[in-house]
Amino acid sequence: MSYLEYNVKTVPTGLRKVLYINWALVFLLAAVAGSGFLMLYSVAGGSFRPWAEPQMIRFVVGLVIMFTFAFIPPWIWRSSSGAAYVIALLLLVLVDVAGSRNMGAQRWLNLGFMRLQPSELAKITLVMLLAAYYDWLDVKKVSRPLWVLVPIVLILIPTALVMKQPDLGTAILLLLGGGVVMFAAGVSLWYFAGVGALGTGLVSAVMMSRGTKWQLLKDYQYKRIDIFLDPGSDPLGAGYHIMQAKIALGSGGWTGRGFLQGTQSRLNFLPEKHTDFIFTSLGEEFGFIGTITLLTLYALIIAFCLHSAMNNKDRFASLLTLGVATTFFFYFAVNMGMVMGLAPVVGVPLPLVSYGGSAMLVLMGAFGMVQSAHIHRPRGRI
Amino acid sequence: MKRSPRDAQESTRTITRRTLLLGVGQAAIVAGLALRMRQMQVVEAGQYRLLSDKNRINIRLIPPARGLIFDRQGVLLAGNEQNYSVDIVREDAGDVPAVLQRLAQIVPITPEEIARTIRDVHRHSPFVPVTVSDRLNWDELSRVAVNGPALPGVSPAVGLSRTYPLSDVLAHVVGYVGPVSEADLKNIPNPDPLLQIPKFEIGKIGLEAKMDDALRGKAGLKRIEVNSLGRVMRELDRQPSQPGENIQLTIDARLQDFAMARLAGESAAAVAIDVQTGDVLASASAPSFNPNLFVRGISSKDYNAYRNNDHRPLVNKAVQGIYPPGSTFKIVTALAALNSGALKPTDKIYCPGYIDVGGRRFHCWNHAGHGWLDVEGAITQSCDVFFYEAGQRAGIDTIGKMARHMGLGERHDLPMSSISSGLVPSREWKKQRYRQDWQIGDTINASIGQGFVLASPLQLAVMVARLGSGKMVRPRLVKSVNGVEVPIVPAADIGIGGAFVNSVRRGIWGVVNGPRGTAHNAKIADATMTLVGKTGTSQVRNITAADRAAGLTGGDKVPWAERDHALFVCYAPFDKPKVAVSVIVEHGGADHGAAPMARDIMLFALTGGLPPLSAYPAGDRKTIEAQQKALQLYDFTTPPTTRTRA
Repeated sequence: MSYLEYNVKTVPTGLRKVLYINWALVFLLAAVAGSGFLMLYSVAGGSFRPWAEPQMIRFVVGLVIMFTFAFIPPWIWRSSSGAAYVIALLLLVLVDVAGSRNMGAQRWLNLGFMRLQPSELAKITLVMLLAAYYDWLDVKKVSRPLWVLVPIVLILIPTALVMKQPDLGTAILLLLGGGVVMFAAGVSLWYFAGVGALGTGLVSAVMMSRGTKWQLLKDYQYKRIDIFLDPGSDPLGAGYHIMQAKIALGSGGWTGRGFLQGTQSRLNFLPEKHTDFIFTSLGEEFGFIGTITLLTLYALIIAFCLHSAMNNKDRFASLLTLGVATTFFFYFAVNMGMVMGLAPVVGVPLPLVSYGGSAMLVLMGAFGMVQSAHIHRPRGRI
Repeated sequence: MKRSPRDAQESTRTITRRTLLLGVGQAAIVAGLALRMRQMQVVEAGQYRLLSDKNRINIRLIPPARGLIFDRQGVLLAGNEQNYSVDIVREDAGDVPAVLQRLAQIVPITPEEIARTIRDVHRHSPFVPVTVSDRLNWDELSRVAVNGPALPGVSPAVGLSRTYPLSDVLAHVVGYVGPVSEADLKNIPNPDPLLQIPKFEIGKIGLEAKMDDALRGKAGLKRIEVNSLGRVMRELDRQPSQPGENIQLTIDARLQDFAMARLAGESAAAVAIDVQTGDVLASASAPSFNPNLFVRGISSKDYNAYRNNDHRPLVNKAVQGIYPPGSTFKIVTALAALNSGALKPTDKIYCPGYIDVGGRRFHCWNHAGHGWLDVEGAITQSCDVFFYEAGQRAGIDTIGKMARHMGLGERHDLPMSSISSGLVPSREWKKQRYRQDWQIGDTINASIGQGFVLASPLQLAVMVARLGSGKMVRPRLVKSVNGVEVPIVPAADIGIGGAFVNSVRRGIWGVVNGPRGTAHNAKIADATMTLVGKTGTSQVRNITAADRAAGLTGGDKVPWAERDHALFVCYAPFDKPKVAVSVIVEHGGADHGAAPMARDIMLFALTGGLPPLSAYPAGDRKTIEAQQKALQLYDFTTPPTTRTRA
């Protein structure tokens, strides 16, 4: 639809597309993934197995996916967004059904060659569908209550499904990612102010109800909040991991203890050191220089995406780019905040660095769509 | 729909404005993260560095001692033995293959063990110790300890390993443990963290597997201090592990051992149960296997020897083996016909040696015919024609119902592996299985326990126990757990008319004790222990007319694997039943070697020791004495050495 407004002949075709790829972004992604390989090699005690080698293979597969997706024009992504969203929902339901048979919180489906986490897929398909929705919707109607309700429902369905798994981290990322697309599309700020006020009210109600008859959460849930606020209160339980993570990060100092020299990870004090807590190993071995470098790489990725989104006159393409970039942003911001004791431990991986196939492949696919939006951006009026 | 240029411009402007807002927000968050990093890694770095250097306390799991298994008298059936092993830690060893080569020069390690260790160390995290060998003796262990500096990452360890002092006597019942495998972990929902310990032993088969949760125990924790290289300096404190529960079986190990010795040489099974409580006193399946071979991984040579043995030592024939019950099933047919009113205890049927039904001739085993018989006489003489007729009168539905009532066709719930449910055929079953209607010939075959009917020795023992006690006895295997007796559930009355049960009982009295019985060789001379029982022969191959003419009716003249199975079910004493025994000798032929075996097992169970010669008929005593001398029995008077819990 919106592409009809532009001279599609100015969009590059065939191999010329290669020239228009945002190569800086590709380089940044490779640099982040590279630091991931380094850390996975290190936490395995200086070995490519069991983590670094499969991760490298997945990154190569991810690159292939990214370039393939980049060459597919965004209008195809737009028209397939509804189907993609439904497929992700079906997979979430499937994992729920299959999960109940196997007990415990099962979040992945076994595809044979890899384990797919449908919740990872849901984050991107939600952003796709919302971008397509606002592309379709008349700009004047964006803030009308009924048209605000539709995206809220679209966000809440997958959020409810992942909450059931239970996977609080993904649920938060879905809410934030969806909210940002609504924000960027121009939904009145009053709605966001309202949600903010509601959220604050809810949190204070939850905290004030503690110990009274109408207590809103279970005792153990309050205990978790206590542990987040003061990890020292439970040094051998859940707080132990946060304490150890902070010790690992802090003891890195300016330059770190050196590659393969981190005692916290080598002596196995760190939990989940190859997945959610990998950032602490980086901090221990490469110090402040290492952590600030990785943060800069992430920030540059976001900056490139925001720049691309602002300069893209196609509404779908720029909203999609924004949505992907922000989802990516929340990944690393929540993860870093979590291991540094700024956010509760909710189980969000460090994107492209933590060991895990689903997040890696889905994110590379998402950046493929960002590249697609970048390559095929409208370059002139009819 | 094409957007108006004004709308398009508006859209672009909104997105740009909001994106800038977002960018500012994100930049603020990034700045916050960067400040936090600086705070932790630059400002407070010294403090964290100090904590890190002091952070030398690690938590390790202590594996619990596995629960012990005893027999009803307290004889140890499964215990734990100290074993000496060497472990290797990948990250300390560095070059694992080179270190293992050096180790191989000091202590005997096979190339397979080296290959397996190299495979295992890469499967686990680098700091997890992997066992190289656990078959070392004290000398070898000392040599490893002395050569410590030349063997980085290698450490000697003392652990507990499962041992079965009675070797093959109870192998099928108790089963064995083995190192936990990937396949095991996949099958266990929410696996205990203990199972992640490499080579941790879990029950693989038998009671060890079925009651693994109870036997396993709970892991303990120890806090240890390590130096900056990760080497253990000292243990700070420990929360001891909780040993698994001790399980006492209803099995009498001495009786079991006697039964195994008595069955030796045959492919056979015997089950003895207490007719009042259902306690399984013995469950023997011969030949057996040595479970100790399986604990640390059986060699393929030993395993193949078991696999290729045509007597199938790995199969628990007592509960897993199912056989046509043959004439022992006549007990069921008689009860069914009597209880349904189709046959009165005084009704007589004429046996001319055969019966013609539906254009087919069914023979009695006695071709000359038995003449006029009532049900008691028919059981005593095991007349086939009588039961062909009684079975037809009762009908397959009534017979099937009675068979299930007597414990056949039911998977008795005992903590043993591969318990078979056998088969009590029905019209629906045949329709489903063969897509054919039930034929009258099927009823006739079923009436004498041939055709589709299949039962295990355990089920036959339950059947005869229910007949003897007149109660719905259920078998049980676990007598007490951690010293707490498992309560005995009182059995309900069998609910069959006393006159009917008594005529069947008198019938099987005649089998052993009457002038025309088929099992005189099972007679007990001691009147306080009168044994009553029923013989059975189950055909392994179809007998053709030519075979019959040549006299090849499943006896000794045909090859072993084609000979008939011999069965015997019995209980004793007749007037006050205590024990029921069932025996099956695969391909035992028609001479009913099963009956004397059952008698000897019965006498051992009733007298609590080697049967006194006075219990046997005077004529048999010489042969019995010689036979008893030849039996190879365990010496239960000396306690097993070093087989206590550490």
